[in-house]
Amino acid sequence: MEWLNTSIDWLTLLFQDWIVVYFHMLPEALQTVILIVLKIVVIMVPLMLSVAYLTLAERKVIGAMQVRMGPTMVGPRGSLQPIADAVKLMFKEIIIPTGANKYLFLTAPLLSLGPALAAWAVIPFGEGIVLAEVNAALLYVLALTSVGVYGVIIAGWSSNSKYALLGTMRSAAQIVSYEIAMGFALVGVLIAAGSLNLGEIVNSQSGEYGLANWFFIPLFPLFVIYFISGVAETNRAPFDVAEGESEIVAGFHVDYSGMAFAVFFLAEYANMILIAALTAIMFMGGWLSMFPVSWIAPFADVPVLGWVLGDGIHWFFAKMAIFLFLFLWFRATFPRYRYDQIMRLGWKVFIPITIVWLLVVGIFVLQGWFGLGGGAS
Amino acid sequence: MSGFIRFIKSLSLKELRIGLGVTGRYFFARKFTLQYPDDKTPLSPRFRGLHALRRYPNGEERCIACKLCEAVCPALAITIESEPREDGSRRTTRYDIDLTKCIFCGYCEESCPVDSIVETHIFEYYGEKKGDLYMTKERLLAVGDKYEKEIAAARALDAPYR
Repeated sequence: MEWLNTSIDWLTLLFQDWIVVYFHMLPEALQTVILIVLKIVVIMVPLMLSVAYLTLAERKVIGAMQVRMGPTMVGPRGSLQPIADAVKLMFKEIIIPTGANKYLFLTAPLLSLGPALAAWAVIPFGEGIVLAEVNAALLYVLALTSVGVYGVIIAGWSSNSKYALLGTMRSAAQIVSYEIAMGFALVGVLIAAGSLNLGEIVNSQSGEYGLANWFFIPLFPLFVIYFISGVAETNRAPFDVAEGESEIVAGFHVDYSGMAFAVFFLAEYANMILIAALTAIMFMGGWLSMFPVSWIAPFADVPVLGWVLGDGIHWFFAKMAIFLFLFLWFRATFPRYRYDQIMRLGWKVFIPITIVWLLVVGIFVLQGWFGLGGGAS
Repeated sequence: MSGFIRFIKSLSLKELRIGLGVTGRYFFARKFTLQYPDDKTPLSPRFRGLHALRRYPNGEERCIACKLCEAVCPALAITIESEPREDGSRRTTRYDIDLTKCIFCGYCEESCPVDSIVETHIFEYYGEKKGDLYMTKERLLAVGDKYEKEIAAARALDAPYR
């Protein structure tokens, strides 16, 4: 909360007292709305920027792994490429195919982007820095990541095209299958943390040993399965049969162009960032510092070093960046799974492993190895 | 037993980790990309680009209208007509190369007894309308006049191997 208070002081400095005075003259309800909208903007603008630059990072990373350079022409070292791409897409025509269901066709991109953004409401960026402190945050996140598939299904169906429909059927089956493995992996986190609140899940990973207290060590199989299922949930390579550009052109969004296509694109990358954030929160201790308390205690009062080494929002972003890099690394490395292989992996490998590991976690809890021991709560 | 080992290997994602290792190594490798309009690859003196007709230092054109290049051209891209000039020497009245037919094999250059028709290092040219890539005698001579220095230098570099 320290952080919030100082930021409010900054706001008053920035906007002078008279704005604050006028602000307090507004009706109570309007004040609340304005504050919430401001908070949403503060989350959404950096998110959209990171989505834009994630596309550049993807092209650069994959380029580097294929011994090429990626974009270099727009701006210094290609740094303005995402903006050029966005402007280009904005000026393109949105073509609605004859025979397409116009309303659903235009709603589908929003349906896939909406949940990807809405889930950010409950993501804690740091101690207490969260838009909505919801106690059932984990359920909310699970629900929203599942709703995203409706965008894909509706897009494929309303396009009235066989490739789009094929992509849709594949992605629907795939997301439903991996949802289960993902859910089971999160059950392990729940047992270990004893709470559905994401902030409390992070706090239950804090301890004096830093990195060694995080859940990815006792829950290692669940951690791996959660992240791989996350890759499958976002329809990313090697699980991108829903797009499958070499077989069904572009899958569910073949018929989309211009901004409608751009929104799908945004949704895919926003989902990637979301999965990276969730993995960081559930298994890698969110905003917690990786160093044991005894190591960083001597530096706690050093101006910059103390802030860098201590817990804070920068740790959260660093962990997210690592997982996002993994997404790109996977895409540069693995060939696409065949459809039946995806189904086999989801149902016959991941689900049994998660169930077995849930048993192991239960034994851990019985032994009292998790500090909170909230099994019953 | 071997089945069990395979099971452990696949469970620990061994193959996938090896694959990630390969791409991970190449991530830091030196990039081969050449920023084309800014940097260019070095060209061999034997590079076969746009054609040119050369002259002797005294301004006399080298071509003696022997028509060996026309005969050897596998794409039939060269058309030559010749007549005796006033001073009695045989010269071409027409020397055309259709660059849209030419396959840049370099046989014309090889066959030429007087090093008249040559292929230069120029490869960045274009035509805007029909006929722009149909090189006439005048245009070929103009190319030769313009780039004589480079052409002569390339021939000199290659001379020891001929």
